[in-house]
Amino acid sequence: MNDFQTFFAMGGYGAYVWPAYGLTALAFIAMLGWTVTTLKARRREEQGLSAAGRARRGRREAKS
Amino acid sequence: MSAAFALFLHDLKLQFRHGSDLVAPLAFFVLAVLMVPLGVGPEPNLLARLAPGMLWITALLATLLALDRLFQRDFEDGTLDLLALSPMPLELTVLAKVAAHWVTTGLPFMVIAPILGVMLHLDGNSFLALEISLLIGTPVLSMIGAFGAAVTLGARRGGALLALLVLPLYVPILIFATSAIAAAGEGLSPRPHLLLLASFFAGGIVLVPFAAAAALRNALE
Amino acid sequence: MTTARIPLLHRYANPAAFGRLSSQILPWTAGVSAILLGLGLYFGLFASPPDYQQGNTVRIMYVHVPAAIMSEVVYGLMAAAAAAGIIWKHALADLFVKAAAPLGAAFTFICLVAGSLWGKPMWGAWWVWDARLTSELVLFFLYLGYLALVDAFDDPQRGLRAGAILVLVGVVDLPIIKFSVDWWNTLHQPASLITMSGPKMDKSMLLPLFLMIGGFTTFFITVVLMRLESELLARRIRAWRTASGDE
Repeated sequence: MNDFQTFFAMGGYGAYVWPAYGLTALAFIAMLGWTVTTLKARRREEQGLSAAGRARRGRREAKS
Repeated sequence: MSAAFALFLHDLKLQFRHGSDLVAPLAFFVLAVLMVPLGVGPEPNLLARLAPGMLWITALLATLLALDRLFQRDFEDGTLDLLALSPMPLELTVLAKVAAHWVTTGLPFMVIAPILGVMLHLDGNSFLALEISLLIGTPVLSMIGAFGAAVTLGARRGGALLALLVLPLYVPILIFATSAIAAAGEGLSPRPHLLLLASFFAGGIVLVPFAAAAALRNALE
Repeated sequence: MTTARIPLLHRYANPAAFGRLSSQILPWTAGVSAILLGLGLYFGLFASPPDYQQGNTVRIMYVHVPAAIMSEVVYGLMAAAAAAGIIWKHALADLFVKAAAPLGAAFTFICLVAGSLWGKPMWGAWWVWDARLTSELVLFFLYLGYLALVDAFDDPQRGLRAGAILVLVGVVDLPIIKFSVDWWNTLHQPASLITMSGPKMDKSMLLPLFLMIGGFTTFFITVVLMRLESELLARRIRAWRTASGDE
């Protein structure tokens, strides 16, 4: 436990080192997370729209 | 060439007709400079040290004030379309408009700047450097500003966006102009700083019209 | 689709085709990124010594410097893509600029905050007008300007083109800005003994640094590929919506 505390204290600079790494990690998670979420949502939306478009075309061709 | 000059004169006439367009940037300039001693205290040495920076910062901001109308009116009433289609190159149109803008903002600044310098206790040796830095630098402000106005044409919230785009690009001009004035105040030569400013002027005159014209074409399509 | 201005649609401007290509590349870049970042963290935080002068704050360098490098490299890539988009009118080029911009802004932000956290114990102030930090701040605003401009147009294509022109002007001005800020800094501040670029590098410090640089780069490649597919999809969605609106 003492070893961990020493490590965590970073020779007194812990208050600077950990927020720096923490913010970097947060930024990476945000970049990745936001990208993946938007990508999945858009994939779903595009599939929905193209399916609807194909269905419309099918109906139109059936009518003519 | 004469077509460009005609456009320049025409724009000037328009500016003078709407007198308020002229007064606002100037009034802002004077008021902003007057705010400085009110904000930091009237101690002459402090004001003298702040003077080059404050004069140039307010020149920057007042230039911005007059910029978003540079192309806006012509864009809205269709004149810009006609200018783009005319045999005169769009790049030359840009230069003509920049020149007109400068005559109504940069040039008047050069006239009042010495008076404001006196009020800010600017060092006596600095006045010539102040004037030269304004002479070389304010046209560059107008040029870069014209690019900003062109690239934000047709954008939503163009006015606020313009400041965001243009101020970072103004940084080198601000730095070299103020250090020229400060150097002169310390008895050093302002020449190297002014020569660098002149190189920005030269580069800007060549490059900015092309960038601005490309941005205008994008907005007009 | 009759005007000559329509961009040359390469096969990979089709989001499905692009998605297939990127799904082959992504697992590799993501995997390599995870490994490099993991190793970099291990060596950076555990298995490397503190600095003789700066103590453990030097470990901040292992995120600050890679972020700084990425912030500049990404802008350079954006400028190259912007030029390619204007010259060859390839849809992917303009979209790459838009895809990369938020990532570049994030790296710049990390660089600024980590630099500030490094500066406080070293120089006693949360913000110092160090030449590198000041230039980074201006670069941050160049990124913000692009992001604001590109989304400010109702016509997305117009926004992309305006943004491309802005990035090209910015990349020409960037060295001038850095030069002027550096020059301004030496004019106004005495030379400091401890520079932001860190102490003279011992081999034990170079290793985590390079691992993190590699990790940051592969992370960028991974995320930008995903964002690029996302932008292509957004374009396709708009096209579908316009088409169905015509019915």
